[in-house]
Amino acid sequence: MTSQTTLLADDASCPASRSLWQLGWQRLRRDRIGLTALWVVLAFVLLALAGWLGLAGSHWRDEVAKPNMPPALFKDYGPATVELTAADIDAAQQHNTSAADASAATGMSAEDDPLAADMAAAQTQAAKAAPLAVTPANDSLLILGSDSRGRDVLQKVIQGTATSLLVGLSGALLAILIGTLLGALSGYFGRRVDDLLMWFYSVFTSVPDMLLLLAFSAVMSRGIDTVIMVMALTSWTGTYRLMRAEFMKHKGREYVQAADAIGASHRSRMFRHILPNVTHLLLVQFSILTVALIKYEAILSFLGFGVGVSQTSWGAMLAEAPAELLQGYWWQMAAVTLFMSLLVTAFSMLTDSLRDALDPKVK
Amino acid sequence: MLAYILRRLWQMVPTLFGVMLLLFILFNWVGGDPSYILAGKSFSAETLANIRHQLGLDKSLPEQFLIFVQQVLTLDFGTSWSTQQPVADILGSRIGPSLTLALPMLLVSLLLSVIIAAIVAYVRGSLTDRIVTLICTLAMSVSALVYIIAGQYWLAHKLGWFPILGWSDSLATNLWLYVPLPLLLGLVVSLAPDIRFYRSCFVEEMNHDYVRTARAKGLSEQVIMLKHVMRNALIPVVTSLMMSLPYLFLGALLLERFFGIPGMGNEVLNAVDRSDFPVIKAITIYVALATMLFNLLADIVYKLIDPRVQLK
Repeated sequence: MTSQTTLLADDASCPASRSLWQLGWQRLRRDRIGLTALWVVLAFVLLALAGWLGLAGSHWRDEVAKPNMPPALFKDYGPATVELTAADIDAAQQHNTSAADASAATGMSAEDDPLAADMAAAQTQAAKAAPLAVTPANDSLLILGSDSRGRDVLQKVIQGTATSLLVGLSGALLAILIGTLLGALSGYFGRRVDDLLMWFYSVFTSVPDMLLLLAFSAVMSRGIDTVIMVMALTSWTGTYRLMRAEFMKHKGREYVQAADAIGASHRSRMFRHILPNVTHLLLVQFSILTVALIKYEAILSFLGFGVGVSQTSWGAMLAEAPAELLQGYWWQMAAVTLFMSLLVTAFSMLTDSLRDALDPKVK
Repeated sequence: MLAYILRRLWQMVPTLFGVMLLLFILFNWVGGDPSYILAGKSFSAETLANIRHQLGLDKSLPEQFLIFVQQVLTLDFGTSWSTQQPVADILGSRIGPSLTLALPMLLVSLLLSVIIAAIVAYVRGSLTDRIVTLICTLAMSVSALVYIIAGQYWLAHKLGWFPILGWSDSLATNLWLYVPLPLLLGLVVSLAPDIRFYRSCFVEEMNHDYVRTARAKGLSEQVIMLKHVMRNALIPVVTSLMMSLPYLFLGALLLERFFGIPGMGNEVLNAVDRSDFPVIKAITIYVALATMLFNLLADIVYKLIDPRVQLK
């Protein structure tokens, strides 16, 4: 490939031919929607990178505000919260003490109560400990509000982005690796190898993805690495099918025969000669898979089979949504929906643009 | 034809064997020793040994695999670990509710999406087409979870149009009272991708030469669309329909969970939650069998609707 390009470039009458990647990039740059989508996706990846490195969203566990505080912009749109004044508390306490007196009149006296001394001691201890509880910065406004434990939703959603993208990207990458390797072996060697791997493929495709995911997560410990592995093990089949067909098509082509003639080994023919000619398909496949896996991760984490409790993800945040929504706290769900839809839309549009840009038939 | 069906059935044997092997590796090897889960909190060496003996775990792995093969061949998966009910009974009682929800959902969704896709494809390039495509793209970007959570909250809790969740023993009450909301939300989730996919099938067919020929012959637009384009465009539609049929048995997992429908999907989730391996294994085997049979059926239906297809 390269030697041919230089030869052509030497010839002054013929302009240097560009590779498919250069052509694709050129087409993508002309495609305004595709380019915007690319920037949005890159912004998300940067955000996730900041999340992994602990630059952003690392304080998502801190309880920095009052519980369930609405977002700054929608301060007045949350459910009406009643600010308790000292007078209210006094009234409530008086009511409590009168109720306690009433029960004391029918119940036993302090002398009879075996727990009275312990309770008194406990109360003095509690009184000592009470002022130590840090009062959170009550008046600070959070852009996306806070959740039921007073954690910043913005921090959580950034951390969730990091987790979901990590699962999506690395799951898709692993799935592509497995699918490409098996597809290459199957398509290139054919015969026995193909039969064996096709059998393997048919086993995995005869069980629906979701069921396979659940079966895997039933036997494995929960955690982010398990989720990634399970997703890779269940979603390599599409790539396998694609690569098998491509390798079958390419192995008879003249350039591969030429490689054979100059003594290239099987491995070199498969991965140095054929693979670069099909990588553009893999890129498209990769972005399709990433979107699918991000959606799967949300569902798995929602059901409680996803990331562990010490991590948060979009699915784990959505799992808190039904209970919050019942009380009128809508902002955590809104934040996750906003972030997730933005990423998924951008990724899908990028996929479409990539497919068009990298299509060698389009001139 | 018969020879073809028989050969295809014969080809299913190694695949089914593979599924069994996969499940066996997952649950008997990776899954580890379940006797600790079963023994509960107060276990002694004796109870553990007893449980292992009952489950056949004291035998060698090949012997255990033979037991599993025997279970699959007789379709008798023993009893559930968590409730001690026979697995067959559990699944028998779960399939009804799943079908009650999934079958109407499949039919309504198929009808609506094919009709809308045909209309949109017919006016392709127009404002309507672009708006529908845009709405579909946006709708697809929102997680199914959000639709279900928001729909259950607004339509059932806030507006009170539907019961929030529930299920009864009578089919009529279920269809009338408990199915509509999950059905509606299921439609919202599935319509957008379906319309987009079917639209592309229709558009592709409409660009063919035979459509121009039909027009040149002076056929009416209805005849062209319904008789010529529809028949050809239905081929990919049938494929995707057949591919979705096995999911009927699995039920709409999320919807069943949210709306408390005692179907297969809910059962799978519960089984995974409780590490109830026999139930998961049984459901996986059944769904795998269904998938293979429906794949065969899809190929046969192809032949029926498209005489050009050669079965080999």
